Amino acid sequence: MPSLTLLGQSVLSGVFIGALYGLLGLGLTLSWGLLRQINLAHFALVFLGAYLNYQLASAGLDPLLTLAVTAPAFFVFGVALHWLLARFSVSPLNTLLVTFGFMVMIESLIQWIWTADFRRMENHYGNVRWKVGELYVPLPELLTLIVAAALAYGVWALLRYTDLGKAMRAASEDAPVAAAFGINEKRLALLLSGACAAFAAVAGVCLALSHTLAPAQIYAWIGVVFAAVMIGGLGNPVGALVAGIVIGVSEALTMALIAPAWAPLVSFTLLIAYLLFRPHRLA
Amino acid sequence: MNRFCQAAALLLSFVVALPQAFAQAPVRIGMTLSLTGPIAAPGAIQKVATETYVEDLNRRGGLLGRKVELILKDDQSRPDMARTLYEQLVTVDKVDLIMGPYGTANILSAMAVAQRYNKILLHNSFGTPRQAKYEMQFSTSGGAFDIEDVWPNLVLNAVGSAPKPPKTIAIVTSKFPSLHFISVGAREVAKKRGLQEVLYLEYEFGNRDFGPIASRIKDAKPDFIWFGAGGIDPVLILDSMKKIDYQPPMHFYMFPAPGPMVKVPEARNALAFTTFEEHPPFTANPRAAEFIKAYRERGAKAGLPDTSVDLLASICYSMWQTLETAANATRSIDDKTLAAWLRKNHVDSIMGRLEWGGPQNYVTGKDIYKIKQLQGGKWQVVWPPEFAAPGAKLLGN
Repeated sequence: MPSLTLLGQSVLSGVFIGALYGLLGLGLTLSWGLLRQINLAHFALVFLGAYLNYQLASAGLDPLLTLAVTAPAFFVFGVALHWLLARFSVSPLNTLLVTFGFMVMIESLIQWIWTADFRRMENHYGNVRWKVGELYVPLPELLTLIVAAALAYGVWALLRYTDLGKAMRAASEDAPVAAAFGINEKRLALLLSGACAAFAAVAGVCLALSHTLAPAQIYAWIGVVFAAVMIGGLGNPVGALVAGIVIGVSEALTMALIAPAWAPLVSFTLLIAYLLFRPHRLA
Repeated sequence: MNRFCQAAALLLSFVVALPQAFAQAPVRIGMTLSLTGPIAAPGAIQKVATETYVEDLNRRGGLLGRKVELILKDDQSRPDMARTLYEQLVTVDKVDLIMGPYGTANILSAMAVAQRYNKILLHNSFGTPRQAKYEMQFSTSGGAFDIEDVWPNLVLNAVGSAPKPPKTIAIVTSKFPSLHFISVGAREVAKKRGLQEVLYLEYEFGNRDFGPIASRIKDAKPDFIWFGAGGIDPVLILDSMKKIDYQPPMHFYMFPAPGPMVKVPEARNALAFTTFEEHPPFTANPRAAEFIKAYRERGAKAGLPDTSVDLLASICYSMWQTLETAANATRSIDDKTLAAWLRKNHVDSIMGRLEWGGPQNYVTGKDIYKIKQLQGGKWQVVWPPEFAAPGAKLLGN
């Protein structure tokens, strides 16, 4: 019988990794749900952000401050990507192919600059952890959880309560009708795409704080983050975070109680169950 | 008559020059490495080692007096791609010889192609020797046929020599085929040697979260942890253990990425397999010393974060040494001639003596692997004692 400490620490570990799933899924769910773009390049951008963070932090910059450089740069990239996709009227399904191409290109760029070898960011955050009762709370993971929750709820509130958010949702729902009401759908789409890319920069910082980097690891996150985004509901930032945490905790408990080898089955089992019982949520 | 003499002289010069012209044609050697994909990190190391060797070989006059032309392709860490590329190397590029790729699955793919075209295949990282059934395949990694028995015994002999030998063991292994195969062997060996197994865990290759695994290890309180882990997994495991304030007792990792481990304070006294480290007695070999210098220069230019020569670079270098030695001994690059020679002879590589006289061109019951330990931020061989770095002894945590 596993100890309560083991269970508690595993649940905590699941919450933290789940928060990272949610943070990685934030830009993806927004671009998929509101822009109808399945942006695979988002994963590569997260890693590019992580590598840039590693590089700038290695030069002496605080890892969190690197966002002052990467987030605006990624915003511009996101705007440019959307402009390109809109310019050539790429259909939602074809965005999958086009952005896959971008993902491969960014992966190659990363490997060209930083080689295929593993990179690990040395930072003072990594050495900070607190003991709460019998459980340990590491700072990088806690930061990830706080950032993921703040961004998810912030974006959710923006979409729900502000004119800008309502305009974005309206443009996503029915662009011609929204345009008839004076909404500049094209400009909003550019703004949203830029924001999604900036979120990738944020996720990149969190990833670099707690994980060792290698270019090929881009692909390791796709399946589980897609599951979180789909279970959470497309275009729903809080949904992606909650689903990410549910998957993370389920995986962690599977590892703690049954066998670690079974953990990868969890996300897809949950996804299949979800699709069977609530398929309309994906529409 | 004068015209006849001129024609005869021309013909004679042509006849004399023809073999020389052919002698100048390079020996074309084809291989793939994983330059992209999940095993690109070791692939990058082996690329540098390969290019270093070939450059040096050509500077020394090449193979049998002919320059070596290396045709290196990226198999993207994919066995299916490796198979296609080896097929292409033989049928389209028409190489004279092929050399093995990196990693068990890719080597198995290359072996099938080699068998189809009766090509000799030297390889250096095949983790399941019993599957190597082609009679012209030769492992140059220095590993035994029965590694699932030899390697765990080597490790347990080493930790058994510690001031406080372990009584309990936790075995945590990736399901990556070769790592898993050897870890299952370790389970058997530990049982035979009377160690109590307090935990056995398997995890999928590519696992992202090691938190719960670390918690389970901490809960099990083993004296010694065997990690059937390679690449970056050991660093991720150590990170997870650090987060729950757990410093492992004696801990062994099968094939860690050596560079990143050095930077992890929690990895102190970690044990791992090796065939070569940059200290005596290995560096007493002049060729090894030359190789270290050249590899470091080329590695730095290639942007490798760690440019020290250890297992990955040395097994690759030894593969090329084996080819050169066999070609020089037989004065031939014919596949069957080389294979016949290797079966009956040995090669003294920078790692030690390589032999192929046993089952499936392996040796049984012994090999040239050693145990290294991360001491004072440096990897040093600690077992067997005759290969230990000067003054180094195995330390417990």
